[in-house]
Amino acid sequence: MTATDDDRRVDPGSPAVAELPDTEKLPEAVSLETEEGRRLAAQLADEKARHARKLLEVRDLSTQFFTKDGVVHAVDRVSFELDYGETLGLVGESGCGKSVTALSLTRLVPDPPGKITSGEVIFDGVDIMKLSSEEMRLLRGKRIGFIFQDPMTSLNPTLTIGFQIAESARLHLGLSNRAANDRAVELLSKVGIPRARDRMGDYPHQFSGGMRQRVMIAIALACDPMLLLADEPTTALDVTIQAQILELIRSLSDEFGTAVILITHDLGIAAGMCHRVNVMYAGQIVETGVVDDLFENPRMPYAWGLLDSLPRLDEERGSRLRTIEGMPPDLIHVGDDCRFAPRCPYSRDICLEDEPQLTEREGPDHLARCWGTEPGRAWIE
Amino acid sequence: MIEPQAAPAAEPATGQALVEAENLKVHFPITSGLFQRTVGAVRAVDDITFDIRKGETLGLVGESGCGKSTTGRALIRLRELTDGVVRFDGVDLTTLKRDQLRKMRRRMQIIFQDPYSSLNPRMTVGSIISEPIETHNLASGRGKLERVKELLALVGLNPNYTNRYPHEFSGGQRQRIGVARSLAVEPEFIVCDEPISALDVSIQAQVLNLLVELREQFGLTYLFIAHDLSVVRHISDRIGVMYLGKVVELGPPAAIYETPAHPYTRALLSAVPIPDPRAERRRKRVILTGDVPSPANPPSGCRFHTRCWLYERLGRPENCRTDDPELRIVQPDHRAACHYAEDAMQSDVGVAHIGAEPIKRKAFGAGPGAHKPVADDSVPATLVTGVAPDEGTGGGTGGSGTGGAAPPE
Ligand SMILES: Nc1ncnc2c1ncn2[C@@H]1O[C@H](COP(=O)(O)OP(=O)(O)OP(=O)(O)O)[C@@H](O)[C@H]1O
Ligand SMILES: Nc1ncnc2c1ncn2[C@@H]1O[C@H](COP(=O)(O)OP(=O)(O)O)[C@@H](O)[C@H]1O
Ligand code: SF4
Ligand code: SF4
Ligand SMILES: [Mg+2]
Ligand SMILES: [Mg+2]
Repeated sequence: MTATDDDRRVDPGSPAVAELPDTEKLPEAVSLETEEGRRLAAQLADEKARHARKLLEVRDLSTQFFTKDGVVHAVDRVSFELDYGETLGLVGESGCGKSVTALSLTRLVPDPPGKITSGEVIFDGVDIMKLSSEEMRLLRGKRIGFIFQDPMTSLNPTLTIGFQIAESARLHLGLSNRAANDRAVELLSKVGIPRARDRMGDYPHQFSGGMRQRVMIAIALACDPMLLLADEPTTALDVTIQAQILELIRSLSDEFGTAVILITHDLGIAAGMCHRVNVMYAGQIVETGVVDDLFENPRMPYAWGLLDSLPRLDEERGSRLRTIEGMPPDLIHVGDDCRFAPRCPYSRDICLEDEPQLTEREGPDHLARCWGTEPGRAWIE
Repeated sequence: MIEPQAAPAAEPATGQALVEAENLKVHFPITSGLFQRTVGAVRAVDDITFDIRKGETLGLVGESGCGKSTTGRALIRLRELTDGVVRFDGVDLTTLKRDQLRKMRRRMQIIFQDPYSSLNPRMTVGSIISEPIETHNLASGRGKLERVKELLALVGLNPNYTNRYPHEFSGGQRQRIGVARSLAVEPEFIVCDEPISALDVSIQAQVLNLLVELREQFGLTYLFIAHDLSVVRHISDRIGVMYLGKVVELGPPAAIYETPAHPYTRALLSAVPIPDPRAERRRKRVILTGDVPSPANPPSGCRFHTRCWLYERLGRPENCRTDDPELRIVQPDHRAACHYAEDAMQSDVGVAHIGAEPIKRKAFGAGPGAHKPVADDSVPATLVTGVAPDEGTGGGTGGSGTGGAAPPE
């Protein structure tokens, strides 16, 4: 059987949050005399407050690993925001700090050797750096779901699938065994596992890679999170199975209004899934923008070169691929320069002397870290 | 050095076959119990017939486990055949004696997917590359060292790196070492088994360009195995699509990507992400449900019928369940194994990329202000450097990923 996917995605650019009714007009709509009315009013006020802020605000986040070779600047003064319900891509090549960024947001960086050395992470109005470990654990379980590249490393091979999903619901939602079990069955069928009730007693090895990833998604969604952190969720899967899993993440995030941070090295996936994309290079965000804008008009040479080096299905065949020369730098010896300079065909003296900052380009939504396109001194057209 | 050139062979392959596979079968026994009794077989490659023409690059795509690597290895007899014949330059490899086979092997090489495990970590780069030179007595002493240096330079590595060990190199550089080793014996045919899948995006294009340059320079014939359809399209003269041990479609890129005749090929195409947000939004996807069935127990009739969207649309015709469709000609030089290939060709599934205006972007590294970056000594890249902007300054049209491309015919 097949499913056809029509244009179901939200218009990128407009955050995927439902239009909210105006609380000022409330008295005409509902009566505050009734309990129901007061509850509704409180709920609307709460949603309105949320609407005004972001789900996630990250400021100047730095994470370092203290190794015998030196200090690895894995995440270096990273700042970005995420709206409620928004899907944000985090792209860049191996070792550029995508996973460590995700781990830092949830305070899961292995310590030692790692340490968050600076920065603020405000999640749904709460400064998570100020939480106790116990509060942090609760927040992770209830509000943030994880999906990783290799589901086998995060599933327990000795426990049944059903138990592992129900466990999450039991722990974080305080459901009874029976209710948690029902919730697990419901989630399993929701993520597209046929005959869900019969498969509850199966172990992870009895599932294929794609089905294990579905189970991971079910576990991540068990407590109805506000944010889904998906770190290369389809990299280990075949392209037809990848399409299934991406479609599942997309439809579930639409249905539940879950925000998603999607880590991927596949720019095609980012193009199809994300409202906005952060491009990372050597531990820093080097460009961020709404997908259409970023893909059409990249303002930082690394992001640009990456986009241009891809062979595409829909272009004329036979042209020689453009390449970015050289390799990314190691993250121990970082200096006050543009980290892309040794590979950049547009570099000038200033690029080696001074570090460019992430600044606005065409509008407040498009930021780039590059002297060559910095307003006022730009030399790249 | 080598001029940048167009990806597909400038001169299309002559019709003459260099490698021929006839009713090729490779089955792996499934054993069980104390006495390792054979209880069944994984039909990894199950009766496939095709040839690779002299000087051409045949791309092979399909999902993992469908038999691509097994096919590649069987062609150069790194795997024993269960049945069938493989001929190289007209010689039946299955009948060759050990010694004759060893001589023949010099003419065919393989490059593996994983640049980390395919090089011996205890050997220097020099000895890794000189090993095949010694095995085949091609050079010794100074001549050998000179040859190794030449090969390193050829793949864009610093020729003075002969005393370094594999761990001192990045993934892309290790893959270049693997390429240098396979070129050492001056082969005619190279099986490239997912040579760029393990590499970073920015490095993939470098290695792909290298393989294309070497092909032009030495007139090599490639079997290029990959799971990325955009990469295969870029490099191949013809493409074979595999599903569960069978070749289900075979033809030139234009046929495979513009008028695909097998429902599986169309489903694959519709699943490939396109790095263009607008194109992605426009697309209609056919999402295959379920997983690939086990090759130990493939479905009856057409092996794809358990996941086939066309089978469903046609009201589940009986012959799909009972008769295994043959790989038959549907257009000149284009074959497909589907009873309803003509219906598949009528559909619009999987061809959303056609006729769409590609995203417009100025070409990277071209235009005013661009120069050749100063190569750092740790980044030897003699071959890949100087990707001269071939359209010069100005408009920035043409080239990969830029506008101005004519719509595909
Ligand atoms: N436990 C650790 N100890 C020391 N260094 C580490 C550790 N974990 C990560 N790093 C370093 O931090 C940097 C960023 O790593 P990270 O895992 O975030 O990369 P990534 O962008 O997720 O890459 P990939 O695409 O390969 O998953 C790398 O230089 C890495 O070597
Ligand atoms: N040495 C082996 N022993 C047993 N089964 C194998 C062996 N090599 C491959 N197979 C099986 O044969 C099938 C095809 O494998 P392979 O050719 O490696 O696929 P691909 O390269 O397309 O991913 C798979 O089911 C795989 O598990
Ligand atoms: S700051 Fe200079 S070196 Fe860095 S990306 Fe911009 S132009 Fe290139
Ligand atoms: S033969 Fe039938 S089942 Fe097989 S691909 Fe064609 S339509 Fe689908
Ligand atoms: Mg990672
Ligand atoms: Mg393989």
